[in-house]
Amino acid sequence: MNQSARTRVQQLRELSRPDRVFDFMLPAQSPVDVRHGPILYMEDVSVSFDGFRAINRLDLTIDDGELRCIIGPNGAGKTTMMDIITGKTRPDSGQVWFGSRHNLLTLDEPRIANLGIGRKFQKPTVFEALDVSENLELAMAGDRRVWKTLLARLDGAGQARIDEVLETIGLTAERHRLAGVLSHGQKQWLEIGMLLMQRPRLLLVDEPVAGMTEPEMQRTAELLTRLAGQQSVVVVEHDMGFVREIARKVTVLHQGSVLAEGSLDQVASDPRVVEVYLGGDEEASGC
Amino acid sequence: MSHSSLDPNRDRSRQAFLSRATLITSALLIGGMLLVLVLHALPASNPLYVSSATVALLGKYFTYMLLALAVDLIWGYLGILSLGHGAFFALGGYAMGLYLNAQGASLSGWQGLMASFPLAALAVVLAPGILALSFGWLAFRSRVTGVYFSIITQAMTFALMLAFNRNEMGMGGSTGLTRFSELLGFRLAADGMTVALFVASGSAVLLAFWLCRAIVVSRLGRVAVATRDAEARVRFLGYRVEHVKLSLFVVSAMIAGIAGALYVPQVGIINPSTFAPLFSIEVVVWVALGGRATLFGALLGALVVNYLKTVLTGAMPDAWLFLLGGLFVVVTMALPRGIAGVLAWRGRQEGAT
Repeated sequence: MNQSARTRVQQLRELSRPDRVFDFMLPAQSPVDVRHGPILYMEDVSVSFDGFRAINRLDLTIDDGELRCIIGPNGAGKTTMMDIITGKTRPDSGQVWFGSRHNLLTLDEPRIANLGIGRKFQKPTVFEALDVSENLELAMAGDRRVWKTLLARLDGAGQARIDEVLETIGLTAERHRLAGVLSHGQKQWLEIGMLLMQRPRLLLVDEPVAGMTEPEMQRTAELLTRLAGQQSVVVVEHDMGFVREIARKVTVLHQGSVLAEGSLDQVASDPRVVEVYLGGDEEASGC
Repeated sequence: MSHSSLDPNRDRSRQAFLSRATLITSALLIGGMLLVLVLHALPASNPLYVSSATVALLGKYFTYMLLALAVDLIWGYLGILSLGHGAFFALGGYAMGLYLNAQGASLSGWQGLMASFPLAALAVVLAPGILALSFGWLAFRSRVTGVYFSIITQAMTFALMLAFNRNEMGMGGSTGLTRFSELLGFRLAADGMTVALFVASGSAVLLAFWLCRAIVVSRLGRVAVATRDAEARVRFLGYRVEHVKLSLFVVSAMIAGIAGALYVPQVGIINPSTFAPLFSIEVVVWVALGGRATLFGALLGALVVNYLKTVLTGAMPDAWLFLLGGLFVVVTMALPRGIAGVLAWRGRQEGAT
């Protein structure tokens, strides 16, 4: 109660700010304002589940067009962090902003998705009873209201966009196959393709190469590297070989807060990181 | 590997409104209706003559098929298992019952208002629609899904059954509404009325089938299937899952209401037993037997099970429930996609050779 009252006061204060620019005054195109810095800004975010602090005073900033890898041991809060950004979980305290205009803590999942944050789940989640191109069609940016969806027809531009994404994810030949019969790797790519159809500004990718073969992993690395620049990409990954492949900047999470940030070599040589995560890890030193 | 290369295993017609299954189903419905009308017009001495009683029975089957279609739309394509759809059917039925009751009687207040056919017709779709809207709004925005949703639909229909059993409701208490005489100024007992109701029910099935088909092949239909299989993914794509569910739930409830309204004049009574949870469960069994997620299967299931019920409750009344239960167990274990699944499989076998 106290919490919600405080939020309401905050909202009121926000509304009456003298330099306030109301949303309806802004151009409809490109609603995310990144002129003043990062595309994603998290400050002092905390969340507890039954007394367990999953996220503990987390600060994280992602720049526009950046490709960021987030690593950390199990239970470091990586998935919870994604849940907070996408609106699935509400933090107990802290701020989360998308660009400098959208306070993500006031929006729900569909609103956040429509603003341009796409999320890929850890387990590949595609619509198995629909075929590949139908999966992409549903993900295509557009009016999501029920009546518009009922009357929606796939036009030439939409078809061209689907063809383009099919090409990018390498599933052109599989376009009319049911998503349920695809291989594990193909499902992962299809899900990434669905994110591309949404034309997101920020892509959150949770463990994209879990269970992939080496060549599949290579292709995924290529795909994600190609995407960065056009959109910001945040990749949560366990596989250090893969992280080395794509990472420019790495954030290490530990017990719900940022332990270290920098290039992979920098963080890998940080004694605190070595202690909690990489210490004696054959995989890390081997790659 | 050209762009247009189609996978031969993939049935593209699934997407088109006028698929083979749609055409066959429509033809069977129209053909069946015409056949019954022709046979009914034969002299009574002819061995192929279909009596008025049989026409009325078939008309009743049509209303059950309509109800099955309503359940299949949300269960088969959206994954919402409603175990209380009988409530919407019954509400539509009561609206019609109130109208029939008000004929020739001078009732006061809201019961008098129901004497007007346009108002009654409005109530037939609005009463179930509003119930579905309020119930669904509360349930879907709280993200009540799966078995929990099914249980509260059971509770809903049970609560309504208790309420309609009370005499103060003005709905005839446990006896319900009966002893109807006229519909739109025509005698209900007349043979022409039986035929007219049969045709109206058959046409309603056909129209509802086309409506459901149009919904299912639209992009909204695919969003529904996607919601059925991976709800969270749909939400993160930016669709308002609760709005999709709510709108289809309301459409389904309205179809069920129309079914109930057509049912009442043909059987001549509506009472609280239609609200009984068991009836709603039976409807789900029809759909499961016929083939969930195929509109054709829902129609077939309702017809087959109710025909069996008519025959078997006459021949061995005690065995019917055991047979129904047994049939359900056998079909879910041996034919998970129902009778329609078997037909589709055989069709593919024939197409391959």
